[in-house]
Formats: sequence, C-alpha cells, structure tokens
Amino acid sequence: MKKFILDLRVTENIRLHDRYVLLKMTHENTLPDMIPGQFAQIRVDGSPTTYLRRPISINYVDKEKNEVWFLVQIVGDGSRKLSEAQVGSFVNVVLPLGNGFTVVNDADSRYLLVGGGVGTAPMLFLGKWLKDCGIKPDFLLGARTINDLLQLDSFKALGEVYATTEDGSYGEKGFVTQHSILKQKNYDHICTCGPKPMMVSVAKYAKESSIDCEVSLENTMACGIGACLCCVENTKEGNLCVCKEGPVFNINRLLWQI
Amino acid sequence: MADLRVKIGALSMLNPVMTASGTFGYGKEFEDFVDLEQIGAIIVKGTTLEHREGNPYPRMAETPSGMLNAVGLQNKGVDYFVKHIYPEIKDIKTNMIVNVSGHDLESYIQCAERINELDGIPAIELNISCPNVKQGGMTFGVHPDCAAEVVRAVRKVYKKTLIVKLTPNVTDITEIAKAVEEAGADGISLINTLLGMAIDAEKRRPVLSTVTGGMSGAAVKPVALRMVWQVARAVKVPVIGLGGIMNWKDAVEFLLAGASAIEIGTANFIDPAITVKVAAGINDYLERHHYKSVQDIVGALEL
Repeated sequence: MKKFILDLRVTENIRLHDRYVLLKMTHENTLPDMIPGQFAQIRVDGSPTTYLRRPISINYVDKEKNEVWFLVQIVGDGSRKLSEAQVGSFVNVVLPLGNGFTVVNDADSRYLLVGGGVGTAPMLFLGKWLKDCGIKPDFLLGARTINDLLQLDSFKALGEVYATTEDGSYGEKGFVTQHSILKQKNYDHICTCGPKPMMVSVAKYAKESSIDCEVSLENTMACGIGACLCCVENTKEGNLCVCKEGPVFNINRLLWQI
Repeated sequence: MADLRVKIGALSMLNPVMTASGTFGYGKEFEDFVDLEQIGAIIVKGTTLEHREGNPYPRMAETPSGMLNAVGLQNKGVDYFVKHIYPEIKDIKTNMIVNVSGHDLESYIQCAERINELDGIPAIELNISCPNVKQGGMTFGVHPDCAAEVVRAVRKVYKKTLIVKLTPNVTDITEIAKAVEEAGADGISLINTLLGMAIDAEKRRPVLSTVTGGMSGAAVKPVALRMVWQVARAVKVPVIGLGGIMNWKDAVEFLLAGASAIEIGTANFIDPAITVKVAAGINDYLERHHYKSVQDIVGALEL
C-alpha cells in the first residue's frame, strides 16, 4: 500500500480518562485506504525530548466523515504534548504503515478480539471491519481498572463485549486469559494487541486450543518503514522488522516459548 | 538554478545530497515519499561477505535530540545482495553505492571484489567504523596503520570510486584520514556514530542488548562539523560530511566547513522526504547568495 506524509487537521480531542486521549483527524483530500492493525508514525512538535516520531496504531477510520482516530496513552513528554493537540491544529503523520490483521471473509468465522490497556485501540477498527464483512466479533478487553477500559460503548455497538480488570472494578476480576468466556465459547480466530505478557498468554491459550492467532507487536521503532532495522523480532525467518513485516504476526511465525 | 553537481573521484552526482548507510534501506523503502532520482547518491545498507543476523533486540534508544542504535550490520550477505537486491535497484537512475563492511581483511576484500563486478554500482563506501560489531568494523578504523592496510588491500581489487567512512571514536581523526588517503581512498566520509550508552534506571539495566551503541541525530552535529572541518584541512581528496544533518542549513554548514557532499542519516526517520528538501534548500541558499555552483561554497568558511 502506498504510504503518505500528511498534515492532518485535528477535528476532535476527547479526554477519555486522566491518561488517555482520543484524537480525531481529517484531511482536505480523501484519506488513504487503511487496514485494521496498521499504524501511523506521528511527529510530535514542541517537545524537546521527543526526537523520533511516535508509532500509534489506527484506532478507527470513519469513512463518511473522512476521519482517522488515534488513541493516545499519556506516558512521557511526547505523548503528553500530542495529547494537547488543539482542534484545528495540524499534526504531521506518515501512514498507513505495516501489515494489518488477516480477515477471513466468511460470515461463519468466529472471531475473538482481545485487547489489553491501550492495546484495545486497533480492535475497534478491526471490529468495524469484521462487522462490514458480515462477521459479528466478540471482544475481550482487559485493563488494570475500569478507568483504563476505553471506548466501551463503541465496542458494544459492534459486538459482544467481555471484560476483565485487575482490581475487579469492571467485568471479571483478573487477566483476560482467566475470563470464563474462554471456557464457554469456541472461536476460529483470535486477534490480540496489548502488553507482551498478555499477548504471550493469549497466544499460549490459542495454541493449546488450536485456534488461529495473530498478535500485534509494538517493539521500539525508529523509522517505521523498514529502513533502520531497529524494531526487529526474532522469528522463524530470522530477525524481521516489526514495522514492515508486522506489526501483526501469526503466532506460528514467532519464536515465543508458548 | 545553481549548479549543484559534485564529483567524488570518478563518481558524478546530480547534487551533493547522499543518504547515510543504514538509514535509507535499499532506497525502495522511500520511493513513496521522494523521487529517488533527485538524490545525488543512495548509500545502501551495510553489506558483508556473509549473512549477518545483527544484534538481539532491543537495538534502539531515543536520546535528547538523537538516538542510539545497535543494529550490528544485519544483512543477508553479498551473494544475496548480488542475486536478489541488485536487480531490483540497478535501474534506479541515481548513484547506488554499497557500504561494504567486514570482520577481517579477507572478508573486506572478497566483498569489495563481488561489488566491483556490478556495472550498476559506481562506488563503494568502505565501513571501517561500525561500533556495533564485535570483531572488525571500528577496530580497523581507530589505528592509522590498520585503516591504511584495509584500504590498500581493497584498493587493489576495487577499480571504481572508493569512499572510506571514518569513526569519530578516535583521538585524532586527521591521522586516520591522512592514512586512508595515502592508501588510495578517492573520498572520505565522516562521521559514523559516536559510541554511547543508555541506562534504564527503573530496571537498573542497559537499554540496548549490546550495552553500548552508536549515537546519531541532531545532537552529534557540532562534533561532526568540527571533525569534517579538521579533516577537510588535512587531506586533498573530497570529504563527505555527515552527522546530525536535519535540514538544508545544517548541510550548508558542512559544505562551508569543507565537505564536498553530505549524507543525511537519522533525519530520514523523522522526515522521509528530507533528502530532496535539503537539495532544494542548498539551491535556494546558493541563489540567494549569488553563487553559481555548489563548489563555490565548499570550504568557504571565513575565519
């Protein structure tokens, strides 16, 4: 897919919780085609300690409004500065980058989309994509507390939502892989994004249950386009750039001890 | 339009803008963003005789106005390059230059011999300065005698333009520069990355898998500029300046310091279209100051 450097105009900046912001952006021309699981490299201006672009996954694409959404977790100076982007201001973005999730276009496919923390971001776009393909996905969302569970209403509009929180403030208490739904329902495909320990246990569950599973990795990146070879994941095919060969990988390609 | 053409040995370039090895892939990675044929030369990823997996992850740490990398010359080896990558890039109408690296004298020679056979590659950049490989690399580049030995050996088998890339991690870079010039280099590029380190205080562990890594980006520019200025005064062959060039103004500063051409590295990560913008910016500068040719400002620093 052709990649673009675009100055996107911020149309909405919604503070979801203390540490999370949803940025909606548009462009005067029709936005490029994007696939769930792909990401953008966002330049953060005005933050002296932020030298490199920040890779942020595509949260949602609203084709009617010609908008792309990014969910920003405020971690350091760069994400804080980005979270302060004013409506009407411009943000320089390179997109779409990487490969997305595989969607098997079969209405009978049973998909479970597992997101942890801010890793739920691409699952919203993926859920919408599946729904448009006639597939109603289930979502399993995990977070530390109810305050870290984001966009619940948007997820509920697309499919069944199951949740876990570490403190039990919403859904079942514990981690996503402990959720009772995994014992009750069968799935053909699991797509997951979130903290690595969570993805590893999801991958382990999928492997043991012989379920096809794709994970979205977020290794530290510099260029985002496969030039610098910094973000490599050691796979069965050797060191591969997560930014270019991923970020989505089938677990069969990885060397995870699962 | 000013005359931006530059010659390094027998290598003729449309303009003085080149890409630094390891920051521009094989060029193709950037074709959505820039017209590759508007770049003076593209120096592709460091190539070694044998396949190299590089260092384990993590390989990168962001630093104030810069970054550290510890990639460790990951590449599929010169045979793979010749068979699979060269056919893909040979018809790009700019100078495609291969950065050649090795772990001993023989591996440098054999790699350079293979590249010498390729009609579409008019020059090599000999990397005697990589800080991220255990053997060779930088160890060749820190002693004038070793540097001269490897350049002399490669010079015997490599018939086209030979550029030698120097490490800044030395006491006196002009001694190394003079030694490689004497040994037959057609041009000298500098600087490779500065050896650095990053620590994660919370984890009490180094950030990089290799503990130390090579620092690049805007933060290294003053060091690079100083070394380019020193080397340009010490040798007669053309000097190619690199290190922290983020925009046309930085590029002009290197030209004034004595560089005949410049390489853009880390800036490609932040603006994938920066190369052509720098070439345009150099032209605007020359026109604004009524210079006919970029040659007119090479070493034109007034002291």
